Amino acid sequence: MRIWLEKQLHLIDFTLASLARRKSKNIGLLAVYALLVFALASVGLFANALRSEASFVLASSPEVILQRLVAGRHDLIPPGYLEKIGRIRGVQKQEGRLWGYYYDAVVKANYTFMARPAEEIAPGSIAIGATLARLRGLAPGNVISFRAYGGKLFTFRIASLLSPDAELLSADLVLLAEADFRAFFDYPAGHYTDIALSVANPQEVRNIAGKLSQALPDSRPILREEVLRTYQSMFDWREGIMLTILAGAIFAFIILAWEKAAGLSAEERKEIGILKAIGWETGDVIRMKLWEGLLVSLAAFLIGFIAAYIHVFYCGASLLEPVLKGWSVLYPRFTLIPAVDGMQVASLAFFTIFPYCAAVLVPIWRAAITDPDSVMRA
Amino acid sequence: MIELLAVKKAFNQGRSNEYWALNGIDLRIEAGRVTALRGPSGSGKTTLLTLIGCLARPTSGRVRLKGEDISGLPERFLTEIRRQTFGFIFQQFNLIKGLSALENVILPALPTGRPRRELVARAEALLAQLQLSHRAAARVEWLSGGEQQRVAIARALINDPEVIVADEPTANLDTVLSGEFMVILESLSAAGKTVLLSSHDPLVVESPVVHRVIAMRDGRLVDL
Amino acid sequence: MKLRSSLLVLSLLGLGLALLGLLWLDASHPTDAARQQRSARQKLAERLGLTDLSLFMEARYTRHPSQADLHAALQDHPAAFEHFPSGALLPPPAVLTESHAYLAGKTTSPD
Ligand SMILES: Nc1ncnc2c1ncn2[C@@H]1O[C@H](COP(=O)(O)OP(=O)(O)O)[C@@H](O)[C@H]1O
Ligand SMILES: [Mg+2]
Repeated sequence: MRIWLEKQLHLIDFTLASLARRKSKNIGLLAVYALLVFALASVGLFANALRSEASFVLASSPEVILQRLVAGRHDLIPPGYLEKIGRIRGVQKQEGRLWGYYYDAVVKANYTFMARPAEEIAPGSIAIGATLARLRGLAPGNVISFRAYGGKLFTFRIASLLSPDAELLSADLVLLAEADFRAFFDYPAGHYTDIALSVANPQEVRNIAGKLSQALPDSRPILREEVLRTYQSMFDWREGIMLTILAGAIFAFIILAWEKAAGLSAEERKEIGILKAIGWETGDVIRMKLWEGLLVSLAAFLIGFIAAYIHVFYCGASLLEPVLKGWSVLYPRFTLIPAVDGMQVASLAFFTIFPYCAAVLVPIWRAAITDPDSVMRA
Repeated sequence: MIELLAVKKAFNQGRSNEYWALNGIDLRIEAGRVTALRGPSGSGKTTLLTLIGCLARPTSGRVRLKGEDISGLPERFLTEIRRQTFGFIFQQFNLIKGLSALENVILPALPTGRPRRELVARAEALLAQLQLSHRAAARVEWLSGGEQQRVAIARALINDPEVIVADEPTANLDTVLSGEFMVILESLSAAGKTVLLSSHDPLVVESPVVHRVIAMRDGRLVDL
Repeated sequence: MKLRSSLLVLSLLGLGLALLGLLWLDASHPTDAARQQRSARQKLAERLGLTDLSLFMEARYTRHPSQADLHAALQDHPAAFEHFPSGALLPPPAVLTESHAYLAGKTTSPD
């Protein structure tokens, strides 16, 4: 055991000394490799944390949302629908919701307006999300005017800002009293945007959705589980974009690594011959090279992954922001709560370490089985 | 110590460029003596040394080391024997560039798993014996030819082998350095090593250090 | 004596692995601040009945992906990434992109 250990240390010493001979080239390779791991891990960690945050936070959204469709498109809930639903067993609460979008030509951004009961938001005042407040430079007590789609100007007083802790959910929210909402959008009386239902027993949700579509054939129930699923796949899709962008970088690296690791130069070939001639076994040569691959790729993985973790969870994933921000003017400031998926880390580790070791080993295998007597010839 | 029986060696056997480098060699080499192979270029000296030094296997015939037939052993065992029994001094020195003299000297001992401290101490002692202590940390490509050869000699001795095999040791050295090499050779012999070398340099083969000269031509032994 | 290079590198890698373990611990034990943040988010979602994160606000169906109607992807921004592979083959009609560029910032009504 001691001998085995000492031997491995010798092999590592040797492989490090060999690497040190082309210091700048090998450090450059390590840096590119680590950068690649960093980019992949950043995207992976970010998406995973966002997914887990979405599933935590949206777990308390309404069990069922009922939309009405006209000609395949979302339409207003006309009066009488709430009554038509009547009493379905298992539904605890059903309420019509009022919300919609408003385009603010000043900053060219879309806001989400949402009506709240008068006891929560007094008529004439609004509560706004922190991102919006920052973008428009608003503080509680300020006054702001919006020109309604009908052309009339409405002035509101900012009553409060929504908690900055919840910016991830409320960046563009404008909460206003129901009467204000109806007046602002010219919303026909008795109409609603959609209906939210709360169901006590999760087992019954599907049943209830079935009954709803029977009672109201032109409606579409959206279940909370579908909402959660939307977010699972949503970030997969976003991630896909990043991976597409990164694919170029990955291929470039593969070519670089292959060139460096796989293309054995005549000199390296000769060195292996010398080692064999002076008493190294083929296995020793292969183990030595395996150490090289393992050390380089493990170092790249650790550097890249740790840097990515710090970047995503302690620096607000600032480098990913431009990609995720897309076309939106508003972008919430938020910190993600660290979440790591073991499977994700393991597969990233595997895909960084294994291919590199393989690329190092394949040509060595060929060289190591050549006869040692070749070194006796010039 | 080493016995060869009807040893033949062919290169590219079965192909159009088949070439018999050795055509039936019978030879005994005694322990503790300095034996020189002499012969013109292409006579098969190097080939013979590779067979004795377990770097290659004969096409036919037997090679015995201390009574044991080694010609049919699998590579693993040959490597083991090579590492323990033989130290090589190659014509081109074959040092590994970019590494220091000391790192080069300990190379053959790495697979043994002996503690590094022990190896470094032994390598330093060997380099001191060869008057190279001051160059131990220098990269080998910065050393002169004579210094490089002494590094190669130290490397051949690191595993304390019984037999030293040297192929054309003076081919790349001037007269003065060749003379110094013969002095080292004498001390090795005095220390009880069996030395086997090939050369067509009269300075070597006619030296009193060499106990026995074997002449070769066209892959056969010839009488002087 | 100088530390042997193999031991130096192995201990650095060991340090890296230990750091990885620390990150693991960090991820599995959210701080009080993080917990508070998450409960603030949860409370707001519950109080307002929110169904979506306000992350991507360039289109209705990215602002409220879970509420978008079934054809929402077709209402895309002319230059945004398309959900369907055909989007890679069929660019938006030139009229659409041109008029959009022409009107951008000149209207007071939404796109
Ligand atoms: N790998 C090889 N393939 C073909 N021919 C070889 C090979 N190695 C040596 N030879 C031939 O074998 C003969 C003996 O070579 P060698 O043993 O090197 O002679 P010496 O060392 O006495 O000059 C030479 O003619 C050489 O060309
Ligand atoms: Mg020769």
